Amino acid sequence: MLVLNDDQAMLQDAARGFVTDKAPVAALRRIRDERVAEGFDRDLWRAMAAMGWTGILVPEDEGGLGFGFVGAGILCEEMGRTLTPSPFLSTAMMAATALSRAGSPAQKEHWLPAIVAGDAVIATAVDEGRGHDPAGTAMRAERHGNGFRLTGTKTYVVDGQAADAVLVAARTAGSAGEPGGISLFLVDAKARGLAVERLATLDSRGAAELTFDGVEVTADDVIGAVDDGHGLLEVVLGVGRAGLAAELSGNAQESFTRTMDYLKERKQFGRTIGAFQALQHRAAHLFCEVEIARSAVLAALQALDADAEAAGLAVSVAKAKASSVARLAAQEAVQMHGGIGMTDAIDIGLFMKRMQVASTLYGDADFHADRVALARGF
Amino acid sequence: MDSLDAFRRETRAWLDANCPVEMRTPVTGDDDICWGGRRWVFKSEAQKVWLERMAARGWTVPGWPQAYGGGGLSHEEVTILKEEMRAIGARSPLESFGIWMLGPALLAFGSEAQKQEHLPKIARGEIRWCQGYSEPNAGSDLASLQTRADDGGDHFVVTGSKIWTSYADKADMIFCLVRTDFSAPKHLGISFILFDMTAPGVSTKPILLISGKSPFCETFFDGVKVPKANLVGTLNRGWDIAKYLLTHEREMIGGGGGGLLGGRSPGQVAASEIGTDGQGRLADHFLRADAARAEVDALAFAATMTRYKDEAAAGGKGVGDKSSVLKYYGTELNKRRYELLMRAAGHEGLEWEGARTHDGERPRDWLRTKANSIEGGTSEVMLDIVAKRLLQLPNA
Repeated sequence: MLVLNDDQAMLQDAARGFVTDKAPVAALRRIRDERVAEGFDRDLWRAMAAMGWTGILVPEDEGGLGFGFVGAGILCEEMGRTLTPSPFLSTAMMAATALSRAGSPAQKEHWLPAIVAGDAVIATAVDEGRGHDPAGTAMRAERHGNGFRLTGTKTYVVDGQAADAVLVAARTAGSAGEPGGISLFLVDAKARGLAVERLATLDSRGAAELTFDGVEVTADDVIGAVDDGHGLLEVVLGVGRAGLAAELSGNAQESFTRTMDYLKERKQFGRTIGAFQALQHRAAHLFCEVEIARSAVLAALQALDADAEAAGLAVSVAKAKASSVARLAAQEAVQMHGGIGMTDAIDIGLFMKRMQVASTLYGDADFHADRVALARGF
Repeated sequence: MDSLDAFRRETRAWLDANCPVEMRTPVTGDDDICWGGRRWVFKSEAQKVWLERMAARGWTVPGWPQAYGGGGLSHEEVTILKEEMRAIGARSPLESFGIWMLGPALLAFGSEAQKQEHLPKIARGEIRWCQGYSEPNAGSDLASLQTRADDGGDHFVVTGSKIWTSYADKADMIFCLVRTDFSAPKHLGISFILFDMTAPGVSTKPILLISGKSPFCETFFDGVKVPKANLVGTLNRGWDIAKYLLTHEREMIGGGGGGLLGGRSPGQVAASEIGTDGQGRLADHFLRADAARAEVDALAFAATMTRYKDEAAAGGKGVGDKSSVLKYYGTELNKRRYELLMRAAGHEGLEWEGARTHDGERPRDWLRTKANSIEGGTSEVMLDIVAKRLLQLPNA
């Protein structure tokens, strides 16, 4: 059934109440205006931990809720409506997935309780160039004694500026462009030779460029299998893509709702502008697109719950569709708001800025349309 | 869950044993679709056997009650049956306006006698129905229809004309919107009646379309006598039934377009016709980019149809005004599909006659799709409904 079950619907209600109360768009403005270096509010993150959100994907016997991807996506969607900055995607979704699926007992014991408690932030470092290209990983991990030495640069690492550890993809064999030969490492953010440069970004959340200059790690820091990390990396990225798609769906829904409110309130030429058919049809078309994106997102989250390794197509459909629909929603929101939509005084522009970041991360609409076409035989 | 698993196993076994192998191949033309009716000539023995076996089980209309010739299946069971039929490539045993439109209307609004009389014959494919809705001066503004049904004592006398009546020349019966009160506001003077197309005074004239085909007719009524027992629902409240049926129709038209070409998408068709590069990418890069976006939209749209149906089932209600979302998006998507298919065809798509191209099947189908966003309510009317009813935007 492509609908939320009772537990999921209750979680949605609770999440909406929480973010509306504790993390409205004003909270993002404060992060921006006070130039909070980490890009999010630590107290809010701990409050999310108290709600159980940080452990939503951590199995129950590891201290989490084991609630599944639909639940995690619901939280992303609700945070998308309020533009809530948090390390939920990087840490509670992507890192928790990597650790619970492939972490060693020691890694799990060390990191999972810290994630659940809201004490640890773990970033995932994949991309090295202007576009998203996991198989294009070129960064070298050279064997060195019993361990490895990492050298190279990772760009636009989400939450890298606040991370306690970094899940990093590096090449132990093969060459850039090949899926084989990639290994994943869980590296302490304070490791010698690792330089973190904070990037100030469009969405005020920040990100980081990480430079590894011969960073030494041991065999115990490998997560998953050496040379064969691409499959795990794709699952972790799939989880991130689905989370972003859900967030973009929430972003689009909120842009849309605010625009509808404006159409019903603003008067020009002696009438409410929402009575003009030219605007009604734009609004109605946008509504259809938003509805269709929502369906694709729920289908992807359910596919992840059913079998995360087989969810690639559904996730790419969702990320492609949600990225393009959130873009349309942001553009239409500004246009239908008119001049006021261009001002920093109202929030519409903030939705557009976050849309641009979230739609670009982990593959934009073109990247995922290409994947969909390949998966469908063309 | 266990009982659904068991249902799936039994269904799979039954279909495997009872669906003739000839009925497991893709539909290649109009006459591969079984419409039934008094004058139906089966294309093959397999087509006849397949209809009879499915009808005996009630599976031509699996969701209808068994008392009226249906299968009495739940929403989940109907979905499973469709999935299992798709898995073996089974053709639909019977398509008809009776199944899509009149049946649901009678189940919701018909008298017990009307249900007993008409539903089993629809389920068995014995009577073929057509729909008398649009008129020359009542298209998008359907409620302004002028075909009149005057009181003749124990019967109505129907006079007027309809247009765009699908397959009126092949139908046995018509369900028809007529005006029974000319003094009331336009929505409150309409009634929904049933009559025989062989009744004296009924005539039809096929309309030649740009595709070269004539699936639609003009239909004329000259003093046709219709027994009053053939009134469905309440006199002058036929618009309620019309609206209910339009919702159904919109859902159906919106969901169409997946059945042709064996369910293959334009990108997939293009890959087989044009070829792919070493990495499996369609060789025409411009076409591929557009086809890929259409593929994303088609898959997301399919999820939306599933979601709306599941939401309706979970809420115990119909899809309602959201059928306008499906109708608008689905038909616009289908037009995009055929634009892409024509681009894939290139020069091949320019041939109008000749065995090699099945008499220009591709361009004729392409032209046919241009009606998708007109019939059953234009895209603009759908957007109006979304704006007014779903978004509550104000009237001008």
